[in-house]
Amino acid sequence: MTKLPPDLRAPSDEPRATAFLRLLVRNHAGVMSHVCGLFARRCFNLDGIVCLPVGDRSRSVILLAVNDDDRLNQLIRQVRKLEDVIDITRADEAKAAFNAARPWLS
Amino acid sequence: MKFTGAQLIMTLLERQGIETITGIPGGANLPMYDALGASRIRHVLARHEQGAGFIAQGMARASGRPAVCFGTSGPGATNLLTAIADAKLDSIPLVAITGQVPRAMIGTDAFQEIDTYGLTLPITKHNYLVRSAAELLEVIPDAFRVATSRRPGPVVIDVPKDVQNEPIEIDRLPSPGVADAPPEFADADVGRAAAMINAAQRPVMLIGAGIIAADAANAVRQLAETAGIPVAATLLGLGAMPAEHPLFIGMVGMHAARYTNLLLEECDLLIALGIRFDDRATGKAAEFCPHAQILHVDIDPSELGKIKRPTLGIEADVGAWLDTLLPAIQCNRRRGWTARLEYLRRQCPLIMPGADDPMQPYGIIRHTAAIAGADATVTTDVGQHQMWAAQAFPFCRPRQFLTSGGLGTMGFGLPAAIGAALAQPARTVVCFTGDGSLLMNVQELATAVEERVNVKLILLDNGHLGLVRQQQQLFYGGRYNASRFHAEPDFAAIARAFGVDAWDLEIERDPGSALDTALRATGPALVRVPIAAAANVYPMVPPGAANRDMIDGGIHDEAAA
Repeated sequence: MTKLPPDLRAPSDEPRATAFLRLLVRNHAGVMSHVCGLFARRCFNLDGIVCLPVGDRSRSVILLAVNDDDRLNQLIRQVRKLEDVIDITRADEAKAAFNAARPWLS
Repeated sequence: MKFTGAQLIMTLLERQGIETITGIPGGANLPMYDALGASRIRHVLARHEQGAGFIAQGMARASGRPAVCFGTSGPGATNLLTAIADAKLDSIPLVAITGQVPRAMIGTDAFQEIDTYGLTLPITKHNYLVRSAAELLEVIPDAFRVATSRRPGPVVIDVPKDVQNEPIEIDRLPSPGVADAPPEFADADVGRAAAMINAAQRPVMLIGAGIIAADAANAVRQLAETAGIPVAATLLGLGAMPAEHPLFIGMVGMHAARYTNLLLEECDLLIALGIRFDDRATGKAAEFCPHAQILHVDIDPSELGKIKRPTLGIEADVGAWLDTLLPAIQCNRRRGWTARLEYLRRQCPLIMPGADDPMQPYGIIRHTAAIAGADATVTTDVGQHQMWAAQAFPFCRPRQFLTSGGLGTMGFGLPAAIGAALAQPARTVVCFTGDGSLLMNVQELATAVEERVNVKLILLDNGHLGLVRQQQQLFYGGRYNASRFHAEPDFAAIARAFGVDAWDLEIERDPGSALDTALRATGPALVRVPIAAAANVYPMVPPGAANRDMIDGGIHDEAAA
């Protein structure tokens, strides 16, 4: 049987490690497309997205929950190159934001 | 000062130093064309927007400066996509400005409406949908900053028609956009790199497009000569080191000379400068330079460790970095290692059958090089002729060889040659092309005639998609599906119908002298050379194999297959 790369295998019951990322971005209509497109075209699943404008609303913070696999560092570097992304950091504490949103989504 | 949005665009482009724009007008960019007519900027009318995109690329690749192309909304924008994607993969500073339907009609499936912003997201360095004339004051300079900063790349600016018509009054114009300062690098890393180089027994440099973008060819040569380091190039690095230099070992990878791949196999230190470890260069990446430590310098930090984990990876402008490094490099002739290079070069040289015969693939390229001289710029299309040219043309300066490396776009050669000729009118531009590739943008012959550019098409006509046929022969049991053209047009007649002088070497009594006449005349010309369908490019590393596993010439001719 052909061994598929991890991102093409069927979801299994094994719990996968989740990484949380915090992006500070310029707040305009296209920025979410830039960020999500970058993950999507590498077949990298985004498990969760939380986004709100901050300060004078010229900037937004995007929190992402993603698979913590070997390719994540390369993805972070690619995200950092986007013109609209001011900063990206790993932020495990952002897990709380997704937990807080859970009641609204079930 | 009062402007319309369109007038403001032209004024800002003039201030960026743009002298020539290529494109095609249509409904949604007519205000820009109206303003263009009143500006100092010259317009070159392409015959297809893909042609316009590649003409602009030719200007940018030949000059090193950003170039601009125009297209209207809808099909104008979609036709530009291939040239934009090509610029992304080869890191070319291209600014594409498209018309869009008026803001109030966006999202209504209006005539010639397409989501240009969405379509160009993954193929640009950055893109803009302009929402007001005032935004242009930021967007236009910013687009040039983005296109030229660090690793260059394409930018798209989509401008709705009503924004082009919107009046705006301003007190002062913004400064032209300029490239950001390159990243700073740590002196400690320079010291570590120098120690690695000084300690290496068998170092090889591998240089790529980054060396040309950083204007670092002289520094590479100095490092090579100071420390006795052989230099290989990727396809896009060709020209940065003169082909005749004793330390230059040619192009690496799928169609490298055997000695080149073998020397890289033996190196103990790979000094990778301005390269991205493309699969056509590395072969099976895990087995590329298996015994080597890797020192990788690139201005794009996401390239460090993307394919090969470097022993030392440095984010830097490679030119500035080499200038800092050079004083720390010990003089070393490395006689043993350079003797090994000479031995391998003698034992496993690039074999160029027919190099003396202008009716053979290598021969037509060598003859053209001898006549056109070192001043000529060379473009290619994509396929066997491209690889023969890369192997056999003695490139001797950066920006002499313009080819579609990353995207591998057939149809690149003719419009890119027109662009190169527009950027540098004093140079002859030779375009090596194939019968498959030429037809993909053949309409630009009309542009070449209109502009009287000094573009010389050398058409290697084998009646096939030759590199497809070669792979079918070697890897698909000789089942030649869809690689042969059963209708074979008279290319000389096609050229003449456009007003291009043409020579068909198949019927010339003295092919060499006909080639000479064509290359020395002014204006566009086409020279057709009939090529045997069975002529293949060797050596060849099968896709996915390690570079040491080269299929050689001779044993894999038609009979053996």
